Amino acid sequence: MALTREQLAMRVARELKDGYYVNLGIGIPTLVANYVPEGMAVMLQSENGLLGMGPFPTEAEVDADMINAGKQTVTAITGASIFSSAESFAMIRGGHVDLTVLGAFEVDVQGNIASWMIPGKLIKGMGGAMDLVAGADNIIVTMTHASKNGDSKLLPQCSLPLTGAGCIKKVVTDLAYVEIADGSFHLKERAPGVSVDEIVAKTAGAMEVPEVVPEMTF
Amino acid sequence: MSGFDKVVGSYAEALEGLADNMTIIAGGFGLCGIPEGCIAQIKAMGTKGLTVVSNNCGVDGFGLGILLEDKQIKKMISSYVGENALFEQQLLAGELEVELTPQGTLAEKMRAGGAGIPAFYTATGYGTPVGEGKEVREFDGRPYILEQAIKGDFAIVKGWKADRYGNVIYRHTAQNFNPMAATAGKITVVEVEEIVAPGELQPSQVHTPGIYVDRLIQGSFEKRIEQRTVRPA
Repeated sequence: MALTREQLAMRVARELKDGYYVNLGIGIPTLVANYVPEGMAVMLQSENGLLGMGPFPTEAEVDADMINAGKQTVTAITGASIFSSAESFAMIRGGHVDLTVLGAFEVDVQGNIASWMIPGKLIKGMGGAMDLVAGADNIIVTMTHASKNGDSKLLPQCSLPLTGAGCIKKVVTDLAYVEIADGSFHLKERAPGVSVDEIVAKTAGAMEVPEVVPEMTF
Repeated sequence: MSGFDKVVGSYAEALEGLADNMTIIAGGFGLCGIPEGCIAQIKAMGTKGLTVVSNNCGVDGFGLGILLEDKQIKKMISSYVGENALFEQQLLAGELEVELTPQGTLAEKMRAGGAGIPAFYTATGYGTPVGEGKEVREFDGRPYILEQAIKGDFAIVKGWKADRYGNVIYRHTAQNFNPMAATAGKITVVEVEEIVAPGELQPSQVHTPGIYVDRLIQGSFEKRIEQRTVRPA
């Protein structure tokens, strides 16, 4: 079975470490915050200028001056800090954020990522995504392995305009955990009950497949 | 006005000198920390052909979105503009130009503009449509693109508290782009919720020193919320 959105977030959450500063993108990446292991402290960075993002406020706590990068009302946890956009992107571009998780339309064997622009469709903008992929060393991309039509999103070369070049090393899809190195995908884990053959069939880019591919457990 | 006293009596006075085809740098992120009073005044003045530098362009009927209603904006320099049907319509009709700029690059362009730095190299956007046509230089084996600073004829800024000398403190995440915007205007207008006497703000708590501020006005703010998300009490 392909992973659910929640399982995808759970798998990504296993990459968290105690004391990590983490930036989570919109969508599935946001769900990762729900699966921080018990006893582990991580601080969430929101690129509009908040380090230490907390849960949504109660009705009584709602404050128009307190939002996250998705423009949702949020709270700040104990020990949080708030700063300007320039400061926020200094920590992102300066490589100070320990882990960045974001979605994508496509990735390729060179570690390129396309996530912001589909020619012919209205282009809303890249927001902070280009800064995040260029500035972070440890990035996890989450996405479905193939489109609804079955077209692979793990490609020999991205077909869409890039968000960043040569910056992606880890991808968690609904079918597999894949790493990117030396111009190739490397299959590391498969979703429970998903065969290696299915993953290979849905991966358009070159992929190294070891003899044994462990199954994820939840 | 006398000495260091930056307080003006009206929004008309605050934006005096704003003319067609000027560039305005605006603080704010989404609808958070936006200079509502200055935007309303620009709408009332009917100034046209504006280039507006702001992370977003408000929503239909609020924020910078109201300047689209009479087609006052010629060009937006923003990182994300998706929240606005009128924007989309004018863009598709070719009445509006957009220069999409990565958010961190946008913040840095404003910061550099205010700090006398004409351009800077960044890895952000290299190998993407943003990097096309820009100078590339390698440092320690990694390619970077050259991005130019931005300055505005006017900067419009929303603060929380200021003293009459224009020392400004922002509140929570309403800070966002405001401190950079404040440095990058030839004329910087700051509107705040409260103006206090000099000496009432802790000098070390000031976010924007008064040297950057030309005109200061106390406003009243709707503070509309774009995405009201709550958890059960």
